[in-house]
Amino acid sequence: MDNLLWVFISALLVNNFVLTYFLGLCPFLGVSSSLETSARLGLATTFVMLVTAVCAWILNTYVLIHAPYLRLICFIVVIASTVQFIEMLIKKLSPALFRAMGIFLPLITTNCAILGLAIFATNRGYGFWEGIVYALGAGAGFTLAMVLLAGLREESELSNIPALIKGTAMNLIIAGILSMAFMGFAGLFSTT
Amino acid sequence: MKKNESYEEFIKGIWRDNPVFVQVLGMCPMLAVTNSAINAIAMGMATFFVLVGSSFLVSSFRNVIPKQVRISCFIIIIATFVTIADYTLLALVPKVHKELGAFIPLIVANCLILGRQEAFASRYPTKLAVMDALGMSGGFLLALFSLGAVREILGDGALFGVKLFGENFEPWVIMILPPGGFLTLGVILLFFNWFKFKKDEFLEDVAAAERGSD
Repeated sequence: MDNLLWVFISALLVNNFVLTYFLGLCPFLGVSSSLETSARLGLATTFVMLVTAVCAWILNTYVLIHAPYLRLICFIVVIASTVQFIEMLIKKLSPALFRAMGIFLPLITTNCAILGLAIFATNRGYGFWEGIVYALGAGAGFTLAMVLLAGLREESELSNIPALIKGTAMNLIIAGILSMAFMGFAGLFSTT
Repeated sequence: MKKNESYEEFIKGIWRDNPVFVQVLGMCPMLAVTNSAINAIAMGMATFFVLVGSSFLVSSFRNVIPKQVRISCFIIIIATFVTIADYTLLALVPKVHKELGAFIPLIVANCLILGRQEAFASRYPTKLAVMDALGMSGGFLLALFSLGAVREILGDGALFGVKLFGENFEPWVIMILPPGGFLTLGVILLFFNWFKFKKDEFLEDVAAAERGSD
């Protein structure tokens, strides 16, 4: 139980996917212009991460033992088709949720945080429950980073900023400062 | 004429449409592996190989691949090349491979590569597609190297592991840690913005002068 809690906290704060591993930067910089959309994208991503973690565990345990060199191709195909499948399922079951997630679901396929999650979980040899908790932590961490940046960006819209720095340059510098703040969490662990 | 056309495709990726500095694509590997110049170059070479190889294949098969499943086909082609690059690096330079870790397989999810297949390679003849891929990955390599070199010089006082400043240099450790990546790229983009601003101003001045003399 203790172990699972540490896996969660580690993925959420100490090894935050966006701010220390640089994964999923495209949506982080691209879609974080408003608080609401970034929260939604974060939720959708967390959901896909959960499903991916389960699929990756099944693949690793039953299929890829026999052919490790096919790992990458298997993962990417499974992720792409899972996203497609979830999209259709949500469309049928809950049109309201589908509209809320909108364009974000298909975009998630090319989010490297998802593939990164599958690869990291495999490299560290996580079991079934550890994998699920890891996915939850990573998703929550991604959402947290998105929401933080979106809040700061909304605030900066109202301030007086030199035209030169506006846009991606400023977002990157904000992200750098956020990342510095997250480094403070590194002291939570004596071992990683 | 033909030669000019392919030269044009090649040069636009390196400077005018530089994938990192202008289009802001492929950020994840860009920031994650540029804590030293040598890692940056290894990553750039791997991306170079994958992009050129998959552009060549995609554009050769562009009339065979059905429209509806093209994205899946692109991804499988890219993943194949990435697997080749992964195992080649593991065999040739195991130390660098260990440092790059999970970021070699993650080349698959680099939006730069999929973007070039979708926007260029699947529409143009093989020769142009390969030139475009060469230019884009050249530009990517250039961006990776400049970021990696800046971060290694500031954060470690060295370039390619050779100490530059002697004993008294106090390394600016934050530059090789994650925040340094964001900050360095932010400052470089700022410089590009400034350059563009100055250029626009200059062009306006020229236009105004021409109007004045008429």
